[in-house]
Amino acid sequence: MPSITKPVAVHPSLHRNAIGLNLRDYEGAMSTLCAGCGHDSITAALIRALWELSIEPHMIAKLSGIGCSSKTPTYFVNGAHGFNSAHGRMAAIATGANAANRELTYIGVSGDGDSLSIGLGHMCHAIRRNVKMLYVIENNGVYGLTKGQFSASADVGSKSKRGEANRMTPIDPVMLALSIGATFVARSFSGDKEQLVPILKAAIAHRGFALVDVISPCVTFNDHNGSTKSYLYTRKHMQRTTEADFVPPASEILATIGPVGSTTVTMHDGSVVRFNAVPKDYDPTDRKKVLNYLQENQGSIATGLLYVDETVANMHEMNATPAGPLWSLPYEKLCPGTAALNELQEDYR
Amino acid sequence: MKRTNTDDPSYFHKVVDCQWACPAHTNVPEYIRLIAQGRFTDAYMLNRESNVFPGILGRTCDRPCEPACRRGRLDGKPVAICRLKRVAADLKGEIGHLLPQAPAKKNGKRVACIGAGPSSLSVANDLMPLGYEVVMFEKYDKPGGLMRSNIPSFRLPEHVLGDETAAILDMGVDIRYNSPVSSMKDLLGQGFDAIFVGSGAPRGKNLDLPGRNDTDRIHLGIDWLESVAFNHIESIGEKVLIIGVGNTAMDCCRTSRRLGGKDIKVMARRPRAYFKASSWELEDAEEEGIEIVINHAPKRFVLENGVLKGMEFERLEWDADAKKSRVIDTVIIPADDVILAIGQENSFPWIERDIGIDFDKGDMPAVDETTMQCSRPGVFFGGDAAWGPKNIIWAVAHGHAAAISVHNHCQGIPVTERLPDRMNLISQKMGLSEWSYHNDYNPVARQKMKHVDLKRRFEELSLEVELGFDVEQTAREAQRCLNCDVETVFTAAKCIECDACVDICPLLCLTITRDGEEAEVRDRLSAPAVNPEQALYASVPLPQTGRLMLKDEDLCVHCGLCAERCPTAAWDMLKFELEISYAGKAAHEPALAQV
Repeated sequence: MPSITKPVAVHPSLHRNAIGLNLRDYEGAMSTLCAGCGHDSITAALIRALWELSIEPHMIAKLSGIGCSSKTPTYFVNGAHGFNSAHGRMAAIATGANAANRELTYIGVSGDGDSLSIGLGHMCHAIRRNVKMLYVIENNGVYGLTKGQFSASADVGSKSKRGEANRMTPIDPVMLALSIGATFVARSFSGDKEQLVPILKAAIAHRGFALVDVISPCVTFNDHNGSTKSYLYTRKHMQRTTEADFVPPASEILATIGPVGSTTVTMHDGSVVRFNAVPKDYDPTDRKKVLNYLQENQGSIATGLLYVDETVANMHEMNATPAGPLWSLPYEKLCPGTAALNELQEDYR
Repeated sequence: MKRTNTDDPSYFHKVVDCQWACPAHTNVPEYIRLIAQGRFTDAYMLNRESNVFPGILGRTCDRPCEPACRRGRLDGKPVAICRLKRVAADLKGEIGHLLPQAPAKKNGKRVACIGAGPSSLSVANDLMPLGYEVVMFEKYDKPGGLMRSNIPSFRLPEHVLGDETAAILDMGVDIRYNSPVSSMKDLLGQGFDAIFVGSGAPRGKNLDLPGRNDTDRIHLGIDWLESVAFNHIESIGEKVLIIGVGNTAMDCCRTSRRLGGKDIKVMARRPRAYFKASSWELEDAEEEGIEIVINHAPKRFVLENGVLKGMEFERLEWDADAKKSRVIDTVIIPADDVILAIGQENSFPWIERDIGIDFDKGDMPAVDETTMQCSRPGVFFGGDAAWGPKNIIWAVAHGHAAAISVHNHCQGIPVTERLPDRMNLISQKMGLSEWSYHNDYNPVARQKMKHVDLKRRFEELSLEVELGFDVEQTAREAQRCLNCDVETVFTAAKCIECDACVDICPLLCLTITRDGEEAEVRDRLSAPAVNPEQALYASVPLPQTGRLMLKDEDLCVHCGLCAERCPTAAWDMLKFELEISYAGKAAHEPALAQV
């Protein structure tokens, strides 16, 4: 843990975003994670993405469960709302919160333990409901807080710090999410902010549930030879499958048009994701092609914004909920009273 | 881009902006830490090693360190380095036993120093402990040179000047007062092994305008200050005009205020942005009710029946960058006395021109910038005598350099053979997130010097105006120092490129990016390098990706968070110590070599 809080001095060139805040205004408390933890880099990427999107801190809700990853919402956007839920329940709590107030930007931060073991069911159902939120899995293949046991994302043959090999097959959150109808699926690496920041921005702009699986090496328990989630292994095996830019809605579209033939996807809020490079025959809007590609390239770590579908309705749209947050409804409408309840129950008799 | 060579002491030295800017390279951050710990004597002695006169300089230094201070680039106000130096001098304990001593057995070499000002005294300070016999010729009956004659005692009390000059003279310097040197040729014939000329720039520039020689109420600034210092002048008229707006003008106007001047105007030709005086000296003068009048060019002295009545000025209008002016009209400003403070010149009527000492077109001696030697071997110049008016701290630096040359010369070693400066780098890590220095950034504002009450200060000429920092001010000001000498030192081979340092750096100094042409790499920095004067560190290629670690030194607050968040100790905080070689004392040698 650092000896001091971050000095208040600010670089003079740090400009203010559209709502008058500078990058440092999006910081949180000092991290208490191990020095060199990938999670801290993801925190830094989130700070940058939220600042660049000029989201008002009080319109952000940070949610997490239990684990090293789930500590990180403390480390960004001090002024945001936050909920640190029970282990694996972040997706459920986020679904509930989103149902009650659809106006907030929901940032869920989870880990491979929280999401792929105890919370797997909750995550899958949040995907099915297409809850509008950014769901980050800080994926390091081990349970860091309990001293480095294999998690559900550990690869077969990957070795623990003391040399034991994992024999159980891993759950790949990307493949899983694609197979159950996720509408935004990306994978990135904590050590590659150039790629990660635009993905996070696109994920926040997405119409529904945006899953971002981020390989985030555990510097204490899983950054050795024999690990398949170390800094070195990830660098050697990652492949930038897609290269995408995020173009915010207010930008002049002519000025930002890409090279001929580049794929663009217009997001629900009017922003544009522009794919500058995708493999031959790859279409980030075609689920089957993406699944095929991932199957065929299992030896490498495919990264980038892998799949996006802006046409699917999100939870609110599917359920035709009120247009505003529940707090904005008059009390009589929110709670119609005994008479209305009795009338409703009469229908079921 | 080019990899940075941190083996050269000058890389880390340049990061310590104050020390780099100081002609004597005083180890400022270290003495500020000593002050913060209440170790005033240690702070004083550390200062003395390089600048010889901490008490004098703590009041009068031109402070090249302060405009250079990194803190100034962060919150607009540099650390009050000079004032802290004075704190160490004021609160020091007994130092007699710590001062350099001259050995009983001399080395048989005799050195003459001309003038007993800061440069000559510095030469003696370095040579006496080596066994030299130093003979110092001084034209007045007291030591100090321009420090005594030109700096008013309300800025520099007599006892401070006396103590610090005595510390050197008491080593056994053969000081000969009231002994101006009138012939260099004679002196050369007296069998000295070396001669050092530290006679200053003693001639005030004149202003040859109509009426100049028709009255005795027009004074040359430095001569007038000197007469005041030696009690030859004790009063002045009520209406005083000071011509010129340098630091001497400030001393003249404030002295006039104490000798009876009531309506004192400092007359400047150009707008305020082009004044030569230090901003703090201008402020101090204005605080005392001195009026500073801009855009007035002197035209003639106005006399009636042989009595000075005032001066006529042309009122000027300048273009945007004050290069060209236009005369609007002329005005007559009444005055009882006029003091000319428009600069000083060197003057060597006593150096014959046929003795092998070459003079250039401006009638200045040709002096080598490193060795301080003139064209005649064994004759050295320093202080204002070398290249015209500079300031005390430059004179001290010249003195150190000249002492090395004198020592070489007397040992038969070429004067050009200089011992290199060296550096020490020592890790400040004490444990996990624990450092031997105070790494937290303190946002406290620069402390304001308290002054003697305005009424009280004019009652006594030699009453020191600045009161010095009190304990609380000292503690606060010391915490403003960023410890720039505790350097961020990077070992590329250990880096795993986790980005932790880049993410934590509060001033966005760090970048990991691919190699390229420097101009193009600069475009990829985490924050633009706004100050081209400051170094951009580039590591060798990193092990995992071959990218480079870059650090823009400009705004680093030396908080050490990069090192705290580094999992592999690729970053560490190492205290940089510049080891300067002095005469007879090579860097890395623990004590003075006794001859």
